[in-house]
Amino acid sequence: MTAPAAIARSPRRLAIAPALLPWCGLGVLTVLCLLLKTELPWLVNFPKQWTLPLASYINAVTDAVVAVIQPGFRALSALLDAPMRGARLALAWLPWPAVMLAVAALALKSSGERLAIFALATLAYILLAGYWPQSMNTLALVLLAVPISTVLGFLLGVLGYARPRLRPVLNGALDLMQTVPAFAYLIPLLLLFGFGPVVGLIASAIYATPPTVRNTMLGLDRVPAAISEAGLMSGCTRRQQFWQVEVPTALPQLLVGFNQTTMAALSMVIVAAIIGGFEDIGWEVLSSMRKAEFGQSILSGLVIALLAILIDRLTIGFAKPPETGPTRAMRWMTPRRLVLSLAVALALAIVIRLVAPGATFLPETALRTEMGGVNQWLLGIVRDYAWFFDGVRNTVLYCLLLPMRVGISGAATPAIWGFALSPTMAAVYFVLVLAVAGLAMRRFGAREALVVLAAGVILYTGFLGLPWPDFILAVALLAGQVAGYRLGLFALAGFALILVNGLWPQLVQSLYLCTLAVLLCLLIGGSLGVWAAHSDRVSRILKPICDALQTMPQFVFLIPALMFFKVGEFTALIAIMLYAIVPPIRYVEHGLRHVRADVVEAVEQMGATPLQTLLQAKLPLALPVVMLGLNQTIMAALSMLAIAALVGTRDLGQAVYVALGKADAGMGLIAGLSIAFLAILADRLIQAAVARSTAA
Amino acid sequence: MNAALGPIKLACRNVWKVYGRRPAYYFDSRGYVIDPDALAERLRAEAHLPAVVDASFEVATGEIFVIMGLSGSGKSTLVRCLSRLVEPSAGEILLDGKNLLAASGKELIELRRHAMGMVFQNFGLLPHLTVLDNVAFPLKIQGKPVKEREARAREMIALVGLEGREVSFPHQLSGGQQQRVGIARSLAVGPELWFLDEPFSALDPLIRKQMQDEFLRLQRMLKKTIIFITHDIAEAFRLADRLAIMRAGKIVQIGRPADIVLNPADDYVAQFTEDMPLLRVITAGDIATPANGAALPERTIAADTSLEALIPQLASGVGAFTVPGLGDNPPALLSAGAVLAVLEREQARRTRE
Repeated sequence: MTAPAAIARSPRRLAIAPALLPWCGLGVLTVLCLLLKTELPWLVNFPKQWTLPLASYINAVTDAVVAVIQPGFRALSALLDAPMRGARLALAWLPWPAVMLAVAALALKSSGERLAIFALATLAYILLAGYWPQSMNTLALVLLAVPISTVLGFLLGVLGYARPRLRPVLNGALDLMQTVPAFAYLIPLLLLFGFGPVVGLIASAIYATPPTVRNTMLGLDRVPAAISEAGLMSGCTRRQQFWQVEVPTALPQLLVGFNQTTMAALSMVIVAAIIGGFEDIGWEVLSSMRKAEFGQSILSGLVIALLAILIDRLTIGFAKPPETGPTRAMRWMTPRRLVLSLAVALALAIVIRLVAPGATFLPETALRTEMGGVNQWLLGIVRDYAWFFDGVRNTVLYCLLLPMRVGISGAATPAIWGFALSPTMAAVYFVLVLAVAGLAMRRFGAREALVVLAAGVILYTGFLGLPWPDFILAVALLAGQVAGYRLGLFALAGFALILVNGLWPQLVQSLYLCTLAVLLCLLIGGSLGVWAAHSDRVSRILKPICDALQTMPQFVFLIPALMFFKVGEFTALIAIMLYAIVPPIRYVEHGLRHVRADVVEAVEQMGATPLQTLLQAKLPLALPVVMLGLNQTIMAALSMLAIAALVGTRDLGQAVYVALGKADAGMGLIAGLSIAFLAILADRLIQAAVARSTAA
Repeated sequence: MNAALGPIKLACRNVWKVYGRRPAYYFDSRGYVIDPDALAERLRAEAHLPAVVDASFEVATGEIFVIMGLSGSGKSTLVRCLSRLVEPSAGEILLDGKNLLAASGKELIELRRHAMGMVFQNFGLLPHLTVLDNVAFPLKIQGKPVKEREARAREMIALVGLEGREVSFPHQLSGGQQQRVGIARSLAVGPELWFLDEPFSALDPLIRKQMQDEFLRLQRMLKKTIIFITHDIAEAFRLADRLAIMRAGKIVQIGRPADIVLNPADDYVAQFTEDMPLLRVITAGDIATPANGAALPERTIAADTSLEALIPQLASGVGAFTVPGLGDNPPALLSAGAVLAVLEREQARRTRE
């Protein structure tokens, strides 16, 4: 009996060793770094003398290049300016009854009478709130950016489909276009195109193109083999095969891409309002926020939110017909009737303009001009309940944000926590951490114990007190082990770039803010998702909320956060969480609801309690889906960083924003690329982890 | 059924399809005789996948030639080689004596527009077109005027019994109806060569039986040259004039259904076919012997009568039948003994199990 037991044990010991060996080395290094921290401060704070002035190099190069190519881009700018003015004038010329009629007809065709009513209500609200001209200006930009992005995206998508060898390059470019914050490339765009709304248009086109490219490739890739073979056997030429077989079959996916592109364009048009010069709705939100006119900012924010929901439902309605088939109203609105309605709308517009050329028909006194009292009232509320909002903010600040940032060792001072950390307490803390790690080791394994130890160390030193060599090596090692040495090298290179540019403190700030936001989102959103998976009623209530949160441009989330919590890191956290909480809810619910029914039945049949079924069968099975949700959460949190900079943070987003203010193209680009690097690294890591867990 | 075959329509000579890094490298040996098994072995050892191994056969005009094998045996790849949806790695395919592999892109398009039709397992209907437009699609591709192509499409839809569903979209039809549309579309250009790639495999058994009857009815009317792919042995024996059995890319036996059940080429084929009832597969023509001038019995039966159908007559005491020869062949003689010998063999098969 003893011999087989010995044989069984020895390979297990060996099996753990190779993967864990580097981690043991890293652990020793960590302890060393922490002990030497006071003697060698460069271990924590990367010294200024060591940084390279890469940003100024980039600026020098950009200045030289811009001087040469500027005339061409200025010409392009002038060229784009004309249609933009045209679109703006056309929308301004259209009287609102004609717009309402046309939009209602489209909504009726797209999704039926309910959307038509919603469209009418939205437009009526915009009219009454007094934001009609601004909304039309925003729409003019969207109406121009969307065709540019769609055509460009379709061509690039077809290129990627026809030339698979170009895929990696194309995908890399798309990742960058979607993850580098727009603020970062607004500067070079401003240099190239000159100050003006054309820059906003170009930025929107850049940001809105990737969804069309991706969906075009996806749709064309997914044309079933039988259909394309049937086309070939019918004797299609290449062109016939493409236009009459592949594109029509991929059309639903292309329309999904169109929907995403439109939403991205709208979102970016509003963000790009920050450069000003185009009386649009984004500018209204921004300026009212700056003037602390919460009434107006809520009114205009609502305009954006309603517009976004309306445009989303309109476009998705054309992409995905309802599963039960078109409703009666949709069938009634035949293509001929649609064209007729649009023609009637145009005729109405012409008649109105002929009869009353100068009239705007806009209400004299809109809500926005009557807001003085409301503003006072809102400010009063904020003042009266300041004890509550401040309490919430301070609790989270002192119990979560600070310990994460400066660690227990930094937070436990008389000024913050009211007591100093004695050596005994530190010792007790570490014994506790070691005990939990030991427990994790026995219960789950070495990997989990490692996670506990790492979390214990980070909580003690705080993100800011973490020695950078240690952190970089740990992430690179993780990347290398999960996704291969290439990702490990990528991580090393990316962090090195951030280090030598002196952006380490900002990076750490970003990391801690995002980590906290993602953890809280997972916790709250995950619980809501579990609840929704088990209760149809909760699911029904959450769905429209999630839909609305997801369609809203990022800007809107700043308004309530800023109103109640004033400028500061906590406000940024709330704004980030509002934007990033949808994926965990959605993915957890979806994952749990679509766990294989036979497995769940088998587990239930064995007599598992509902909690056991959830924890031991459903969640592990749903893990790949939940991980994808985590990925989405991280992407959302990182993309919100740049926007959250508006309410005062000290992270990479702020670096981008400051660079935008100083027109420092180099620093803006580097900080923006750093955010993109974090996003891409996280994405690849999680994808690799998911691939490993589903393959195993 | 199996006689009176016309001239060779399609010939397939030593066709190979190999997937891998550089399949062309292995087919450079012009003038050498390649041992197919050895080469397939070597290809597998060197990380290539020989999907079709040295396939050779001929299909006569008007014949139903069934290619049967389990999934992964290479039958779908083979039929795609025949229509050049997949480019063979080596070999020769002759359509009406002309080398199909030498056809240029343009010629191939012309051939597909006029000479070939194909039916797919998953139907391959265009989701955005109505039934009528789907059936008319090959004609539209050729640039035929709307009136002409719609008239032809209506004719085809009537042929497969789908009148009244012209304006439906594919997703509104059942699987069987969708495949009827697929059949109508493949016949719309009036091809002489008709490929069917597991056309009924995605259908429920009852519908499948109906569709097989339908298919035989159509073939009696249209007399196409047919390559029919299936993994269903009952379907293969029911429909085939001749059939080829594939295993791991290789054709292991070609013959009439009766040849295959009576003389299986190897254990694999024997095992594969052991559940096929001999009496149903074998027809009078298969085992009738030349009369050699002997007196012919009065009782005459058609050559394609299955032995099963003769049992009642044998039981009522008939001793022998005359089987009229096809074409110019002299009539043949079928004795009760010969039928009983098959019956005995079937009995032996059953008890061996």
